[in-house]
This record gives sequence, structure tokens and C-alpha cells, in this order.
Amino acid sequence: MERTTIDLWVGIFVALGLAALLGLAMKVGNLTTSSIGETYIVTANFENIGGLKPRAPVKSAGVVVGRVGEINFDPKTYEAVVSLSIDKRYNFPKDTFANIYTAGLLGEQYIGLEAGGDETNLKNGDKISQTQDAVVLEKLISQFLYSKATEGDDKASKTASTSTETGGDALDASPLDKIGK
Amino acid sequence: MVLHKIKRLLTKLGAGCVNKIWRLGAGGRLFWLTLLSSGESFRRFRLTIREVYFTGVLSLIIILVSAFFVGMVLALQGYHTLQKYGSSEAIGVLVALALVRELGPVVTALLFAGRAGTAITAEIGLMKATEQLSAMEMMAVSPIARVIAPRFWAGVIAMPVLATLFSMVGILGGYLVAVPLIGVDEGAFWSQMQANVDWEYDILNGVLKSVVFGVACTMIALFEGYDAPPTAEGVSRATTRTVVTSSLAVLGLDFILTSFMIAM
Repeated sequence: MERTTIDLWVGIFVALGLAALLGLAMKVGNLTTSSIGETYIVTANFENIGGLKPRAPVKSAGVVVGRVGEINFDPKTYEAVVSLSIDKRYNFPKDTFANIYTAGLLGEQYIGLEAGGDETNLKNGDKISQTQDAVVLEKLISQFLYSKATEGDDKASKTASTSTETGGDALDASPLDKIGK
Repeated sequence: MVLHKIKRLLTKLGAGCVNKIWRLGAGGRLFWLTLLSSGESFRRFRLTIREVYFTGVLSLIIILVSAFFVGMVLALQGYHTLQKYGSSEAIGVLVALALVRELGPVVTALLFAGRAGTAITAEIGLMKATEQLSAMEMMAVSPIARVIAPRFWAGVIAMPVLATLFSMVGILGGYLVAVPLIGVDEGAFWSQMQANVDWEYDILNGVLKSVVFGVACTMIALFEGYDAPPTAEGVSRATTRTVVTSSLAVLGLDFILTSFMIAM
């Protein structure tokens, strides 16, 4: 085959490959949405971050304004230290509230920022002091059950107490005691 | 009698192991020599371009057609399962992630081994059988710089290009089945995909995988051809071994690479 024809085909081939990569980046991937130009980093401490992962979105009023950076554990306070990189275009007051929310019932977790009313804004390296932990489903269920049990319903409390009594008896009356007696 | 049989069996096993290790070493040596003579072969880059045409451009049709069907089947199968959980909009994410992370690089590499790898092995094996390689050496032309290195780099260049095209065309196939045929919402299809496919973690890692597969498949094909006994039977056996070894190497490497990429 002619040399130039081969060159042309190889050129088309490589150009197609580059176009496909560009297509993947723009149409399929999140290069366009995730590249948040310049960012500043603030940290926030949480007692429990649930299933929050690095690179989870940081949203304010539902709009993505940044991403979760590193997540570390502070061995002194036993808290999770989450660093958030936030787009330089968006400034938040110092008393901004950081919550961990879940998208949908089983969706991924993200951080929601609720702006406060302070005059001064958060700067690079600042710490968000007001935070709310992730909702852990097991805790929620146990709280619900607890509140149900202590609703003041006579019957419920009676059965609960009897059950604990019998449970206690069973524990006390160990075979060794009987032998001793 | 039994002892004699066991002894013979063990000898066979040992000889097989030594042979395998010897071939691995010889393959590694050829790889190293290829890298060393790459500079020399790059000075005549036209040779590499010619090989890109033969291994890459001529493989386009089989790769693109397979990609289209793989994407369409993924969308059909994925929809069937996702619909049970009421999240058929996630079909875009499923198709894109499956193609970009796994199927794109792996299926491309398997097809490449069958389409281009066998051709390389047969060509070089036949060059060896007809003593063309020896003739080059006689003329003080290094066959590694003249024949092996251009084909090696052509494979390394062609594989990522083919794999990216595979992913893109596969996603288009998935789109055609999911949106016009099944009736998944178009906006949800693309937006969920964009929200969940990461440029660096998913797409670039997929490209990296295909580069590694390109090195492995091409090198195996080149070595099998270079090492083939110079007979008709030898070349045919070498061609078979190329497909078997490349496929196993691709699947094994895929597991290793994926475990590293997910751990990162």
C-alpha cells in the first residue's frame, strides 16, 4: 500500500482514539464537573462520619461546591477529622454548619454546608466548629425502640420488666450456686 | 516398576518446569533487548507507523463491532436486573463503569491477541523459518531493531487507542438499547453516568490497564514468533501458544492490576 495512505489511516486511527478519550472524559466521566478550579481547604471534626468517603461531594443548597479531601482519625479527641476542599468562588461565613447527609435512602453520603450569619468568612486552614454527625441506622432504630418502650404504655413496660426479671433470675441462678446451697 | 514410573514422571515435571523458566528468562531477555534497541528503531519511525496500521487500524472493525454488541448486551442484561430494584436509571453507570474499568481493556486485549498477536507470531516465525532474520544479521542489520521493536511499539500504541474506542462505542451501544429501545430517561442515563464515573480513578486506570495489556500481548506474540522452531509445525504451535498465553496473561494481570487499583 502507498506510504501516504498508511500514514493517513494511522493518523485517523490515533485521532479517533484521542477523540474517544476526550469523549469519555467529557461525556462519560466527571472531568468537567469535578474539576473545581482553585480550592481552599477547611477541616471539620465529626464524632461519627458513618460511611463518608474521600471525594464525596460537599454541597450547599444542593449545589456541589467542593469535595471531601482526606479523612483522618484524631487519637486525642477520638474524632474524625475531615478536610473539605471548597471552590475559591464560594465563600462561607465562619459559623457555617456542616452536616453529613445521605442522598436518598441507600445513597452515598455527602456533606451539606449551611451558611451562618457571621461577617468574617472561612479561610484556608480554618476549622468548622459546628458539625452534625452522620445518622447511623442502627442508632436510629435503637432510639426508636427505646422511645417506644418508654412511651408509658403500662402493658409494654410490664412485659418489659417481667422479661428483665426473669432474665435476671436466670442469670443469678447459676448451677454452682445451687450446689453451694 | 512403580518407582521407575514415578521417577520418569518427576523427571518430566522437572524438565517442564526448567523449560518454562528458561522461556520466561528468554522472553525477559528479548523484552530488554527490544527496549535497548527502541532508540535505534525510533530513528526509522515509519516502520512503527506501518505496524500500527497492520495491528491497529486493521483490527478496528472487529473491535468496534464487538464493542457495539457488548455494550448492547450489557444494557439489556443490566436493565433486567436493575429494574427489579427500581433503579433502571443507573443503567448508564453500570454500562460505563463495566466498560471503562474492565470490559474495554480486557476484551480488547483478548481480541487483539487473536487478531493481531497471531499475525505477529506467524509473520516472525515464518521470517525465521525462511532465514530472513539470519540474513539481516549477515548484513549487520539488527533484526531486533528492524523487526521486533517496531512491532512492539506499534502494539503498545495501538492497544490503548483500541481499548478507548471499545469503551466509547460500547457506551454508545448501551445508550442505543437503554434510551430509544427500553425507554430509560436520557437525562438520567448521562447525568448519573457523569456523576459516578471518575476521570482519574476509572478512565485513566482503564487506559493504564490497556497499556500494560498491550505490552504483555505484543511481547508474548513477538517472543513466541522469535522462539518458534523454524518448521511449519513449529510456527503453527507457536501461534496457538500466543493466543493461550496472551489470554491467560491478560486475565491474570487484570486481577493483579485491579486489586492494586481498588486498594489505592
